[in-house]
Amino acid sequence: MATKIIVDCSTGVTTEVELTAAEIAEREVMAAEYETRKAAEDAEIAAKAAAKASAEAKLAALGLSADEIAAL
Amino acid sequence: MATTYKLISSVTVGSGGAANIEFTSIPATYTDLLVKLSGRSSRSGAYAEEFLLTFNNNTSSYSERWLRGNGATVASSSFSGSSIQQLGQPGAAATANTFGNWEFYIPNYAGANNKSIILDGVTESNSTTAGHALTYLHAGLWANSAAITSIKISAGSYVAEQYSTAYLYGISNA
Repeated sequence: MATKIIVDCSTGVTTEVELTAAEIAEREVMAAEYETRKAAEDAEIAAKAAAKASAEAKLAALGLSADEIAAL
Repeated sequence: MATTYKLISSVTVGSGGAANIEFTSIPATYTDLLVKLSGRSSRSGAYAEEFLLTFNNNTSSYSERWLRGNGATVASSSFSGSSIQQLGQPGAAATANTFGNWEFYIPNYAGANNKSIILDGVTESNSTTAGHALTYLHAGLWANSAAITSIKISAGSYVAEQYSTAYLYGISNA
């Protein structure tokens, strides 16, 4: 069972307790939201990287050196 | 300008890890709050796995704009949802025994306005391979006027590994 660490700042007391059913549900909602967002971001980053590589290859085919491409 | 930094509380995760780290009953006696977080996620196959941040057990009205570099590409985007996300920490695929380093600064946390959060961090991995170590900058917002009395750092569907740490500081400007 997953646990959480609670630090009570008014007393300094630290306790470790199991997550409640509601907390587990909340955690699953947030995690699902995160996974959806991350998948979209990863796809966008991969698409940008592919477009960049394609553009660099085309510039190289036109005769630009690696330094010239990097300077753009 | 900050004139004092006072450690309010700290925590080190023990064996078995922890799903959440929560600071509760945060006193309203400071001007700003600062959290220093060093974490590692249990997620297998991941070099950078995000932790999630919420306040006062509230899961609405969060948004963020972020900038991330992974050694090869730079990405920037925005997000609105049930938590501040993108607090990247090394996952189980990262170099063993490495931990991320983050700090987030919350000015006027006890005031009656919406709360802005300044976040920056690195995943660390002792690796020069692109994508294995990342750096982040965030502008976060919790559109809620309540004073922040608790902070929850969640490891998503995974756990914060043993020896992950969080330190909460209170900062006064007078």
